[in-house]
Amino acid sequence: MTDLSLLTLPFMPFFIAALAVMFIASSSVRSALMLAVPIASGFLLLQEQSGVALTMPFMGYELVPFRTDKLSFLFGYLFCIASFIAILFSLHVKDRVQHTAGLFYAGSAVGAVFAGDLLSLFFFWEVMTVSSVFLIWARQTDGAFRCGMRYLIIQVASGLLLLAGALMILHSTGSLAFNEIGLESQAGYVILLAFGIKAAFPLLHNWVIDSYPQSTVTGAVFLCCFTTKVAVYALARGYAGADILIYIGAVMVIFPIFYAVIENDLRRVLSYSMISKVGFMVCGIGIGTELAINGAVATAFNHVIYKSLLFMSMGSVLHMTGRIRASDLGGLYKSMPLTTILCVIGAASISAVPLFGGFVSKGMILTAALDQKLDFVWLCLLFASAGTFYYAGIKICYFTFFGQDSGLRAADPPKHMLLAMGLAAAMCVFIGLYPALLFGLLPFEVDYIVYDTTHVLAQLQLLAFVGLGFVWLKISKLGPPDLRSVNLDVDWIYRKFLPESIRCALGLLIADYGRLKRFFCDLFHQYIMGGLIRHHGPHGILARAWPIGSMVLWVAVLLFFYLIFYYF
Amino acid sequence: MMSAIFANLPALQVILPLLFAPICFLLRKRGAAWLLAFCVSLCTFAVSIALFMQVSAAGPLSYAMGGWDPPWGIEYRVDSFNAPFLVLLSLMFCVTLAFSYKSVEKEIVQPRHALFYSAFMLCVAGLLGIVITGDAFNVFVFLEISSLSSYILISFGKDRRALTAAFQYLIMGTIGATFLLIGIGFIYMMTGTLNMADLAVRLPSVMDTHTVRAAFAFIIVGMSIKVALFPLHVWLPNAYGYAPSAASVFLAATSTKVSLYVLIRFTFTVFGAGFAFGAMPLQPILLVLAVTAVFVGSLSAIFQTNIKHVLAYSSVAQIGYMVIGFALASHAGLSAGILHMFNHAVMKGCLFLVAGCVFYRFRSARIEDFRGLGKTMPWTMGAFVVGGLGLIGMPLTAGFVSKWYLIMAALDHGFVGFLIIAAVLAGSLLAVAYVWRIVEVAYFQAPDEVHENGKEAPFILLVPAWFMALLTLYIGIDPSLVVGAAESAALSLLGSTP
Repeated sequence: MTDLSLLTLPFMPFFIAALAVMFIASSSVRSALMLAVPIASGFLLLQEQSGVALTMPFMGYELVPFRTDKLSFLFGYLFCIASFIAILFSLHVKDRVQHTAGLFYAGSAVGAVFAGDLLSLFFFWEVMTVSSVFLIWARQTDGAFRCGMRYLIIQVASGLLLLAGALMILHSTGSLAFNEIGLESQAGYVILLAFGIKAAFPLLHNWVIDSYPQSTVTGAVFLCCFTTKVAVYALARGYAGADILIYIGAVMVIFPIFYAVIENDLRRVLSYSMISKVGFMVCGIGIGTELAINGAVATAFNHVIYKSLLFMSMGSVLHMTGRIRASDLGGLYKSMPLTTILCVIGAASISAVPLFGGFVSKGMILTAALDQKLDFVWLCLLFASAGTFYYAGIKICYFTFFGQDSGLRAADPPKHMLLAMGLAAAMCVFIGLYPALLFGLLPFEVDYIVYDTTHVLAQLQLLAFVGLGFVWLKISKLGPPDLRSVNLDVDWIYRKFLPESIRCALGLLIADYGRLKRFFCDLFHQYIMGGLIRHHGPHGILARAWPIGSMVLWVAVLLFFYLIFYYF
Repeated sequence: MMSAIFANLPALQVILPLLFAPICFLLRKRGAAWLLAFCVSLCTFAVSIALFMQVSAAGPLSYAMGGWDPPWGIEYRVDSFNAPFLVLLSLMFCVTLAFSYKSVEKEIVQPRHALFYSAFMLCVAGLLGIVITGDAFNVFVFLEISSLSSYILISFGKDRRALTAAFQYLIMGTIGATFLLIGIGFIYMMTGTLNMADLAVRLPSVMDTHTVRAAFAFIIVGMSIKVALFPLHVWLPNAYGYAPSAASVFLAATSTKVSLYVLIRFTFTVFGAGFAFGAMPLQPILLVLAVTAVFVGSLSAIFQTNIKHVLAYSSVAQIGYMVIGFALASHAGLSAGILHMFNHAVMKGCLFLVAGCVFYRFRSARIEDFRGLGKTMPWTMGAFVVGGLGLIGMPLTAGFVSKWYLIMAALDHGFVGFLIIAAVLAGSLLAVAYVWRIVEVAYFQAPDEVHENGKEAPFILLVPAWFMALLTLYIGIDPSLVVGAAESAALSLLGSTP
């Protein structure tokens, strides 16, 4: 297609439908329209060729809201598929606000991967933020509201960093084009931080764990598909081969595993697993060879499919039983046979069992790490693969559908949910069997043989020993018990550790510790927390009506200082 | 006939509302008074557009009042700095009047309607006069006209606290105006002239005297009160919060901007940037106060429970942005500040119109009143979301354009610039907290019995609200007109200094 116009861009069907959905009362018309959106968008994508760009003047700059290459095409198709699945899964939802938010969210994710300049990227980045928070708030609990607010603040902070970085680049180079950014300038680090928040880098990852389990059953499916993957895309475009990413990725891959193993809320387990998987992709981008980038991007593709499948099956369990803690579930295979099968397929795919989607992509990053003589990183990744199988492959399926019978007898979820899961499961198997199709979409030429003896044997051994380990832990009762518990994460550092350690340190120095402790407690509660409210609250000193006398006093003080400054 | 009108456009700009205000009062009848005021507002708007076109085509325009040539007589001077302000003022005049027919009917008791409209027209006349005049003393006169009438407007509020708010504003406003007068008196003493252009010529020779420095300090502090720059902002939230909705819309959108206009006009045209920012340490003082204003205003807005107060405190913060731009004193900074004055007027006007719609339905605009509005008043909330996105500075809204230019301007200032950028970005984060809090309440909290049966606001109230919302989006999508106006305004200010 030669004549590009704003209306034929692939994100447009999403935005138009998002507005239209608000006004359509009939649920069948609405469903039809929403399902048509990703198809229309995918069709528009098929019409486009690689290497085209649409430019648009804005505020005296040439913006490129749409430009295509293989990398963006892959993510574009992926997001169309993912949004089709997520929309299909959420058809039963009556709340139109959620549908509008979901469509805006998916549409801006599609827009973001085709954005050719940093300002357009920032635009889609912000629309994603603002729309996705509704998917959390839609749960309408007090916890969800506060969690949504935290999520919103963190995401907006990421957007603002991106804007600041973009302006710094514009100021120094005079161009806004979004290509290789690199870490030569300060702006590079500012933007890396912005991407890092969205990609859930270690220490910046809390929002994932906080918000995804709080969102609605259907909202989680949308959320798990887009935000982190857009960040992976942005990293792949801007920072391919940046060494620092290898190490960030290695840490990201490892640390969530420990949390995932002991976590009880199964959607939180999946959130931790998501961070670990994104770590694989970050690591691959950091390695930066063609094979590694291909691997990272292919992992992203597979990950969206199987992670949404797992979120959907856990969502179905939550939807049908109202429970999501491992300790409350068990034995559901009797009454939810189809969900069980589909979940096992998802688990097999995430654990990279040969013949399933995950196996195709995981080996690429591992091989690339070995090629570059990054043995330690390779070990980390291998360890993480084992961990993934333990918590995602076995734990999720075992505690939910098998294990100790909880007595719950919930039926399989409604048809459209099963259909959505079935679609995702079919794709997992299909990609596992015919990897060539996925390889054709990858940004670089692929000369990687998926099913050679070493890969398959190594992976089977790994899986077998992890399986044995799980059984042994179960029999010997050495494994972490599945308790109702709250696990501490890095937010513990600023919520608990720092205040405590300061208190202890002072306590050692000063003998009269009890009074001091009381003093610091008072200090915190009264002066810091209370202080904000006292000073800025409706009756606070900075927000209430002052007596006229004190206002006038301030005028006098200010005039006095001006005169002092001006005279001397 | 036509040529006579065109020759006297600058006089007409002020005379029209000034002259018709008493007539409006004499009409007594509610409908007639409104209709007269509305017709006058349309004429005023047409005049301002004509002036704007004339100035952008043929450069600055000088008009000798009553045929007395400047510097002896009073000069009205329209240049590319004040022409857009005239347009903004008369536009808000029209929009507010379109809104006020229904809104005033609900909020003010019947016999006082004519009084409200005539006070409103006087206020507009005063503000227009401040902007258009080229005479320093005339500024003071018009300032008093607009202030006195806005005290009346505020005291119309149904809430009894409106009276104390108006009284406080009266005291503070009078102090501000008096300071301005003292300052003008000092420079008159030193130079013997009141014409701004003439002052600019004569002041440099007496620059180094204590009198001129004292005059400068008095004018800055006096106008800082009217601008509501931290810490002299305390009168503002109650004044806007308790005033009748129509009055808060107009005052929030224009009155502090006009005071800031005076501040900028005196600093750049009369005293000159070299004196204000070179010899006097104006920049660090203003920057510190403005950055503090951003934080204090935004934090206070987060904790408010009344939407009008939320918006008023947000104004305190947004004034901080404008003053930051002004204090940078570069071409980029000044244009960013002026740009934000226009954009903020549009966005805040939109949001106060929405608050007025909610007030119309529920007779209060507390945050509880917003529960469930996403369903019961979708159009009202739609406008709120657009205006709110603007305040946060989302792309494709006017607020983003302001933020963009402000950050670009700050980047020229090295380390101080980075601190400013950090403050601007932190301010946006706080704006998310106070705006999206209301959006959440509107879309996700179930209404109680009183609010469950709420209906959409009347069409006639929604039209002005959506007009401003669309204007917010329009400026966000195609900012060339506003940016062009702001840049040529900044150029004319910096160009006119020696």
